[in-house]
Amino acid sequence: MIERFDPLKGERLRILDEEGRAAPDLDPRLADDLLRTLYELMARTRLADTKALRLQRQGRMGTYAPSLGHEATQVGLAAAMSREDWFFPYFRDLGAFLTLGFPLADYYHFWMGNEAGMRTPDGLNIFPISIPVGSQIPQAVGAGMAAKYRQLPIAVVATFGDGATSEGDFHEGLNMAGVFHTPNVFVCLDNQFAISVPRARQSAAPTLAQKAIAYGFAGVQIDGNDVLAVFAAAREALATARSGGGPTLIEAFTYRMGDHTTSDDASRYRSKDEVQQWERRDPIARFRQYLQGRGLWSEAFETEVQARAADLVEKAVAEAEARPPASPDDIFAYTFAVMPPDLAAQLAELKATLPGGAR
Amino acid sequence: MIMTMVQAINRALAGELERDDRVVVFGEDVGRDGGVFRATEGLFDRFGPARVMDTPLAESGAVGAAIGMAALGLRPVPEIQFMGFIYPAFNQIVSHVARIRNRTRGRFTAPITIRTPYGAGVKALEHHSESTEALFCHLPGLTVVVPSTPYEAKGLLAASIRSDDPVIFLEPTRLYRAEKQEVPEEPYEVPLRQAAVVREGRDLTVVAWGAMIPVARETAAAAEAQGVSVEIVDLRTLSPMDRSTILASVRKTGRAIVLHEAPKTCGLGAEIAATIGESALLSLKAPVARVTAPDITVPLAKREDLYYPNPDRVLRAVRRLMEY
Repeated sequence: MIERFDPLKGERLRILDEEGRAAPDLDPRLADDLLRTLYELMARTRLADTKALRLQRQGRMGTYAPSLGHEATQVGLAAAMSREDWFFPYFRDLGAFLTLGFPLADYYHFWMGNEAGMRTPDGLNIFPISIPVGSQIPQAVGAGMAAKYRQLPIAVVATFGDGATSEGDFHEGLNMAGVFHTPNVFVCLDNQFAISVPRARQSAAPTLAQKAIAYGFAGVQIDGNDVLAVFAAAREALATARSGGGPTLIEAFTYRMGDHTTSDDASRYRSKDEVQQWERRDPIARFRQYLQGRGLWSEAFETEVQARAADLVEKAVAEAEARPPASPDDIFAYTFAVMPPDLAAQLAELKATLPGGAR
Repeated sequence: MIMTMVQAINRALAGELERDDRVVVFGEDVGRDGGVFRATEGLFDRFGPARVMDTPLAESGAVGAAIGMAALGLRPVPEIQFMGFIYPAFNQIVSHVARIRNRTRGRFTAPITIRTPYGAGVKALEHHSESTEALFCHLPGLTVVVPSTPYEAKGLLAASIRSDDPVIFLEPTRLYRAEKQEVPEEPYEVPLRQAAVVREGRDLTVVAWGAMIPVARETAAAAEAQGVSVEIVDLRTLSPMDRSTILASVRKTGRAIVLHEAPKTCGLGAEIAATIGESALLSLKAPVARVTAPDITVPLAKREDLYYPNPDRVLRAVRRLMEY
């Protein structure tokens, strides 16, 4: 399907229109259960995201990068991945983390400033959130090289924003992926802004997907607010990667509905009109209409979904807030495999300054 | 077998590739060409292109890739062709290599050994002669290693590749072919984090590493003729630093010179002098002296002799301390 949409001709893969009608020749005709699951994960992501914002406003969470508007790309991508695949995320990937089974309490911990959330549970192949923009891309390529070396039939996914495509690591990573024909899927969440700098200031290229052509592999621009398009494109690119077909760049064309982070005020650099236009393309509302059309959505289903999401979020918040901050030992423990004597002395010195000794 | 340092490094790489199939070697020109200094000569033919890889000319890409390889269980040994070209990879080293263990509470680690030739003294082009080891010593989580002989180079490199921590392995280009030495055929380790007293003395301690060790030895021989007995501590691992060996030596001799070819200000000599001041002040018969490069850009080939310390300059410091 990917090769039917040529980024050089401005073609974009879209399956659902803004009223949630699927193009008959493109509809992947996913099983009913999967469709409902995709919807539920998107709804859960939105609730968990909204909650994080509220916690930040209440002083219960640190600076937070909201995912509002990105649910279709995050969930559609992660739902197409297998448990054996690897994920090298960026810092706006809540829906992908939840879909891959990462505990929400741990995700909250990171943004709350608690190291406890930084250990990916065993069995999940998720690298930590990458804040230095684009730096996760060569890492994902190296993981792809290792997968090839070890002959593992897996794919390695990296996500990043449109701003990251201007970074050297984007070029170095994608170039190496092309040369080594690695099993990578690169997903650019082209959400039109890198903090305040608009997409047009990142590249004069009409699409970001077309950059893949210069690296010698396929690139496709898709509607990032259409979960079916995301799922279908990701599934195909992942299958290509796993079967030795090499890397793919997917540009998910979307919009950052929220501020860059809670420290940002997007009204300084973009108009209300623009934001309102994108509200009409809301990924969840659009998919709900599709489900309704297929008889898979009802008020009762919605109530259940929201109740389950609220329960999950409340439990995660309670768990995250109940966990004490890292101990002095803990913040020293992971600097080296074996702590050098100097560091042990510094730890002892720090502990000696704490009331009542070690805390 | 008698060999140079660059041959010893080659043998260490071959030995580790042989004994552990998780080890992979890669970088610019390391494959078919065998490296610009021939450090990887023959490895491509012997171990194949899947384990000895020529990469695109992309330092950040190579080091970043090493992190991902490590996540999937490999022990990557990337080569940066010269230390002067490591800076594009600095973000990967600072933000990820040094701290991935901490960032994941030990779930992911970086058993990566980044090899790079460094230092002045071979009349190379601009950007080929710097000694910026202090930049890396400042980063928690990194181990910084510098060998000074062929024997040490082979054993320290084997230990670095086997280490579960990331290692910046700095190879003094000036010593690559400067001396030949008997080096065992079989693999062995020289332990990390341990300095060595490479010459015993009574009156004064010189703390040095890498290409400054031969300078220290020459100084010591000249001082001996003048009746001054110099002890030399070869740091070998610059960070984490073996402070106890330094302090034991200074407590014995009562005088210390820190000798390095990097610029003076915020160089590692400052850290060593501070360590001695903190812990051995009352043993000192004279202030700690630093003999270093000046705080200038490394001159081009014709005047690089003015830049790095030579035995005459060290000897002047020896006399100054003895007369203090």
